[in-house]
Amino acid sequence: MSAVSLTDIVKRFGDFTAVHKMSLDIAEGSFVTLLGPSGCGKTTTLRMIAGLLDPSEGEIAIKGKRVNDVPIHKRNLGLVFQNYALFPHKTVADNVAFGLNYRNVGKDDARKKVAAALDLVQLPDLGGRYPKELSGGQQQRIALARAIVIEPDVLLLDEPLSALDANLREDMRVELKRIQQRIGVTTVFVTHDQTEALAMSDQIIVMSKGRVEQVGAPEEVYNTPASEFVAQFLGASNLLSAQCTGVSDGEISVEVSGFPKLSIPRERAPKITSAGPVRLVIRAEKLHLRPAGSSVDNGLSVDATVENVDYQGQSARYFLRAGEHQMQAVNMIEDHPFATGEKVSLRLRNRDCAALPAVSES
Amino acid sequence: MSIEAREARQPWILLAPALTAIGLLLIVPLMFIIVYSFWLRSAAGADTPGFFFDNWIAALTDRFYRDILLNTLKIAAVTTVACAVLGYPAAYFIARSQGNKLILLVLLMLPFWISYIIRTMSWINILGVSGALNSALIWVGIINEPIQMLYNETTVILGLVHFLLPFMVLNIFVSLDGIDTNLEDAASSLGATRWQGFLQVTLPLSLPGLAAGGLLCFVLAAGTYITPVILGGPRDAMFANLVYEAIIRQLNWPLGSALSLLLLIVLGVLVLIYNRYLGMAQLAKGLG
Repeated sequence: MSAVSLTDIVKRFGDFTAVHKMSLDIAEGSFVTLLGPSGCGKTTTLRMIAGLLDPSEGEIAIKGKRVNDVPIHKRNLGLVFQNYALFPHKTVADNVAFGLNYRNVGKDDARKKVAAALDLVQLPDLGGRYPKELSGGQQQRIALARAIVIEPDVLLLDEPLSALDANLREDMRVELKRIQQRIGVTTVFVTHDQTEALAMSDQIIVMSKGRVEQVGAPEEVYNTPASEFVAQFLGASNLLSAQCTGVSDGEISVEVSGFPKLSIPRERAPKITSAGPVRLVIRAEKLHLRPAGSSVDNGLSVDATVENVDYQGQSARYFLRAGEHQMQAVNMIEDHPFATGEKVSLRLRNRDCAALPAVSES
Repeated sequence: MSIEAREARQPWILLAPALTAIGLLLIVPLMFIIVYSFWLRSAAGADTPGFFFDNWIAALTDRFYRDILLNTLKIAAVTTVACAVLGYPAAYFIARSQGNKLILLVLLMLPFWISYIIRTMSWINILGVSGALNSALIWVGIINEPIQMLYNETTVILGLVHFLLPFMVLNIFVSLDGIDTNLEDAASSLGATRWQGFLQVTLPLSLPGLAAGGLLCFVLAAGTYITPVILGGPRDAMFANLVYEAIIRQLNWPLGSALSLLLLIVLGVLVLIYNRYLGMAQLAKGLG
């Protein structure tokens, strides 16, 4: 039985359809991320699960029970907001205890549960403070403690990390995952940050314009994007117009002007069934730059010129021209980064390429 | 001049016009009133400058003044509570309405475009013997003869509520509008019904606005003078009417000064008490 299941959910606001017919099953205990740019419907979906919005059509079930008509305060869900939403007039301990007041929990029991929740988020001594006296990271931990102390059936996180600064965000990411694994609560996480999604999720649901683009494990979504949108949204990808010249059992043959002939494994191109135009996807991280003219050990090589360099310390992003193609590559820097104008040789491997059906502009 | 000195002077330069106006129009006249209150009005009609306590003793010991003062405070209190009860739901509705918030606020301010006196007098057309309500009741057949509904304490309070309600609504609105709507959602997600969430979260967070609106309504109501003149009967005089009576009718400036200072002191003490107990230091801490 899935912890949360959405069946043909539609959400319309007037003439605007925020979520198109969407079905989804979230396994008990899993960490599922709704990933997409702003306006893709991910937060709307989360708010429908929470009960803050009613779906226009379709059915929402939590633990197998239909909850469309169950008001939010009876759904037993933990909800964490981007802006923390702590009650400013209550102490940290009273904030965490808030949900326990509406459950049959004795005073002593409640105190123990609050202490345990504060321990879990590693802020055991802050119970007497007011939210305003805490840093953003601390406030978000308290918000998390407040949501999990009620032992919710599902924990819903609405961009909980995006208000924090970069370093803190990475710490909280690890922390959040640790806590989720410790208590094993089914978690639905909403974010527009692909790094967070890849790092934390058991399953990623990539959304765009109110539709699900792809559902899969992080590696699957990353390596075998189901659409151009997914390829571009998760990391930097090079998308090249190509021609599939043959499909065999194990691989497909793909030709791109200026490239050597490619033989892409079938599992990297599950949607290609026959010869014809395709889109070739190569991740920026999978293109390796070598000095021009260096020997080709194994794999394929394409000549290119560095047009621009975005130096990032341990790595660099290169903007390249290879024949008619504009491309990007992200490489670790071993010694010095390549310079603008330098001629390089791009190395790639067949299994690092993926192919999508060529779609007319929609 | 050094930059520091110039920066230190800047706030004072910006404050100067306001401080001058307050000094000339408020502080100086107040000083005159304080001095007057210790003068004496002789039977002959001329004021005797000096330092006499007669006016103060009269103001503080005369039962007539005391009863009117207490009644004035009672009317102000009833008005304030009525404004709070009527104003809170309206303010909540405006704060939570999407899109047309601005229109609703403009509608709220609309009465200010009409003179307060005209607005007060409009009640005569509604409640008067040949007013709208009496005409309607006679037309429906509930009564045969018009009823005298005007010129009592209730109509005074009605007029004051009519006058002061927008102030209350605005103050509550401002504090409600500043409350993150996620807080109510968070409370519901934790198991509170909407009403429980309101009592636990929204109401306490809006108390500063409610208290500010309450103080404003109370002080304005307690100092009112026109409403009882227009809508009150002969026995519904409020304290400001006594001051008017003393100064304009009897030309007894010293007594009028003492009486007006007495009202000022009573209201000042109430403001201090408000500040001490409802100063919201605790809440303000969380709101900052």
